[in-house]
Amino acid sequence: MAVHHHDTLPLGQRPPLLKLRHVDKVFSGDVVALKDMNLQVNQGDFISLLGPSGCGKSTALRIISDLMHPTRGRVDWEGGHGRGDLGVVFQEPTLMPWATVSQNVWLPFRLAGKSYGEVKDDVLEVLRLVGLEKFQNSYPRELSGGMKMRVSIARAIVTNPRLILMDEPFAALDEITRHKLNNDLLKLKAQIGCTVIFVTHSVFESVFLSDRIVVMAARPGRVLTELEVDAPYPRGEEFRTSAEYAAHARRASEALKEAMGEPA
Amino acid sequence: MSLADDQTLGAAAARDEDEIRRARAARIEKIAKWALPVAIMALAIMGWGWIVRANEIPHYILPGPNLVWDSLVNDWAILIDAAYLTGWITLLALLLAVVGGAGLAILFNQSKMLELSFYPYAVILQVTPVVSIAPLIFIYVDSKVAGMLLCAWLVAFFPVLSSTTLGLNSVDHNLRDLFRIYGATRWQRLRFLQLPSALPYFLGGLKIAGGLSLIGAVVAELVAGTGGIGSGLAFRIQEAGYRLNIARMFAALALVAAMGVFIFAALSFLSHLLLKNWHESAVAREK
Repeated sequence: MAVHHHDTLPLGQRPPLLKLRHVDKVFSGDVVALKDMNLQVNQGDFISLLGPSGCGKSTALRIISDLMHPTRGRVDWEGGHGRGDLGVVFQEPTLMPWATVSQNVWLPFRLAGKSYGEVKDDVLEVLRLVGLEKFQNSYPRELSGGMKMRVSIARAIVTNPRLILMDEPFAALDEITRHKLNNDLLKLKAQIGCTVIFVTHSVFESVFLSDRIVVMAARPGRVLTELEVDAPYPRGEEFRTSAEYAAHARRASEALKEAMGEPA
Repeated sequence: MSLADDQTLGAAAARDEDEIRRARAARIEKIAKWALPVAIMALAIMGWGWIVRANEIPHYILPGPNLVWDSLVNDWAILIDAAYLTGWITLLALLLAVVGGAGLAILFNQSKMLELSFYPYAVILQVTPVVSIAPLIFIYVDSKVAGMLLCAWLVAFFPVLSSTTLGLNSVDHNLRDLFRIYGATRWQRLRFLQLPSALPYFLGGLKIAGGLSLIGAVVAELVAGTGGIGSGLAFRIQEAGYRLNIARMFAALALVAAMGVFIFAALSFLSHLLLKNWHESAVAREK
């Protein structure tokens, strides 16, 4: 099997994967996008960064993915990191319109100098995991918004990365598709045991998906508090309607209200 | 009534008046797209013939369409030779415009300093009318063919350059980030991301350049005159004008126009072939 399975240990027993230490980001014009952010990401975590716009959650992702250097502080990977350690899913599917589905998923390998023949099995396997093996020769314009997002997710996991960053990936989708993709994302995580940092401004999405919710506030962007969602996986529709879910959602909502500067 | 009957009835009812009307309109439009221009042309030629006959206009002022047709048939050997030369110059100039325009665009894209240094001169070359540069070119360039190519190239390369430059800079910013995250080299980014992104823009510029290279070739011929390399269509038009052989002027003009239409159609077809799988401009949508 090309895509490896990592076992996910219970919260508190997971080995560290990377640490953000006192990370500041100041943009020109003295805009403080991120102030003294500390975060330890452990292997197997599903972390949601939850907060209002302008709280620096996307900036944090850009710093973790090396697209931006922090003004102060640093990002330490356990054992260093290299090409293919990171998978990214953006808010838009971000597919190459001139390439077929399988060519799009091949991209990370292609940029690492691997021919399609070498990695064909991996490409087809992740397409099967996201339920799109029949569409390998389709072009993106032939797919629905949800299907494009699945291709984007397949591309992010195909290199078997140590960490997957998702920047509000389902925000532009309709509610029904979004629920479906949330369920499927959890199934996928159970299958491959990946580590995820998921940016969202939806309380419900963060509670349903993650076991750690990092609540962030704006002006300046900073971490306000962290909540644990200790409900066991697998989580399905019955979790969405449980009292436990409602309690977690209430806690997260209150924290978010505080983050937005309103009294809880 | 059985359930099956119900369903067939439902299917028939689903094709309502509105849909039938829409299908009919689409069919009519499809035929009219070809039939109307052809009909207009036939009417115009008939009107032209009638005016010439009714007013007894002498053929050295305005020949009737039958005379132009006769000239086209009788002078075919001369005209096709001329068309061959003009077509050849046009095609070569277009090819050089593609190589030069797209090549410069890629160079400019790779080096901002190069772009800042030379882009203004590309603009100056473009905005200076080729008719005014052509006489100078033929003073310094001995070979008529080279001179004509240079003239045609000067007018044709700029649309390719500017549209390809725009295309290379129009890459989706998330895709650009993705390439950075996966550690793409500069060459990989160009090859797998920027060139495909620029293709639709390049093809748009190419269509314009096709028409312009014909204009450039015609202007160059008019300026160069004849000189041992045979004579193109533009020279034949000029020559026939001196001899008051107006019918041949029209015949040669018709060939130039046909050549322009052919170039445009061929480039449109090429563009369709390259983009039909993925680009919005080439995808048929329901109205």
